[in-house]
Amino acid sequence: MAEPASLKVSVWRGGEQGDFARYEVPARANQTVLDVVTHIQRELDPSLAYRFACRVGMCGSCAMTVNGRARWTCRTHVRKVVGADGELELRPLANLPVIRDLAADLTPFFDKWQRAQGRFQPKDATDGAVPEEFAVVPPASKARREADAGIECIGCAVCYASCDVVTWNPDYLGPAALNRAWTLVNDVRDAGHGERLDAVAGDAGCHSCHSTQSCTERCPKNLDPSSAIAGLKRRLFWDTLLGRR
Amino acid sequence: MDLRPRSHPTYLAFVVHRVSGLLLALFLPLHFWALGTAISGEARFDGFLRWTENPLVKAAETGLVVLLAAHLAGGLRVMVLEFLGWRKRQKDMVALSAGLALLVGLLFLLNVV
Repeated sequence: MAEPASLKVSVWRGGEQGDFARYEVPARANQTVLDVVTHIQRELDPSLAYRFACRVGMCGSCAMTVNGRARWTCRTHVRKVVGADGELELRPLANLPVIRDLAADLTPFFDKWQRAQGRFQPKDATDGAVPEEFAVVPPASKARREADAGIECIGCAVCYASCDVVTWNPDYLGPAALNRAWTLVNDVRDAGHGERLDAVAGDAGCHSCHSTQSCTERCPKNLDPSSAIAGLKRRLFWDTLLGRR
Repeated sequence: MDLRPRSHPTYLAFVVHRVSGLLLALFLPLHFWALGTAISGEARFDGFLRWTENPLVKAAETGLVVLLAAHLAGGLRVMVLEFLGWRKRQKDMVALSAGLALLVGLLFLLNVV
């Protein structure tokens, strides 16, 4: 695609109620969407609010809605998403309260990690003591491979913002929290399985997922939360049927 | 509704599964009404059957068969992805379900024409 000399960027300004402001930003080679936002804030309008930290796809801070889709902006090249006439549309992440401009409030997102019992509860050290021996977990074991498949989540909330079930049911735990729960359910060192499965089995838990797989489609780390949710459903189905819970 | 975040094959499969289910539910009363005509008299039912020989009705029937097949194949796809935990090739499964539904429709069409 021939690259236009400048980008016509529409940026959401305001809170839940607001409007788009338009900026003209010079197009550059290998420019990321975060570069564009930074240019606007440093050169054109210092009052623009947005969030970033690492700039290399590790911290999960800079996700926004770019031309209608949730993306990590620091690793999204402009040329991959820009319209033919240099149009870029930037909004804060969907399904989350807007603090201001491009900064969404991730509090509900992380609250749901807590509700899904997303913290590791060591079996050998329930009182906080350090276990005497290291746990031996064969990396090739089925459970460990399941856990490894979802462990690289950076908590960017792209999946959460892309999930229609979250839009329809604001209580729904969402793909990231359920993916986290599934990694812990498969962690043989963890002691909180029962409590965790109870936490994800409710009306706002894994059974609400309609498998549209938007989370898997949009995850910038190429994780598969949809498959993790299916794993939780399967585990709960058999555990309930066989009277294991 | 903004279609940009939703334009991917597995979302489309979800929509087809839901919409086919709704349309089939709407068809059910019609189906029972047609069966009901058999109770109220042989002549009336025969008249109804003759009406269904109309090519337009046959075309609609083919659509109905595709809907049924799409709903069945879509349902099987969901069962497979939830029970077998098949991570990869989800889009191939969507294509397979769609292919199966169209194949059934085609077979029906070959049979009636």
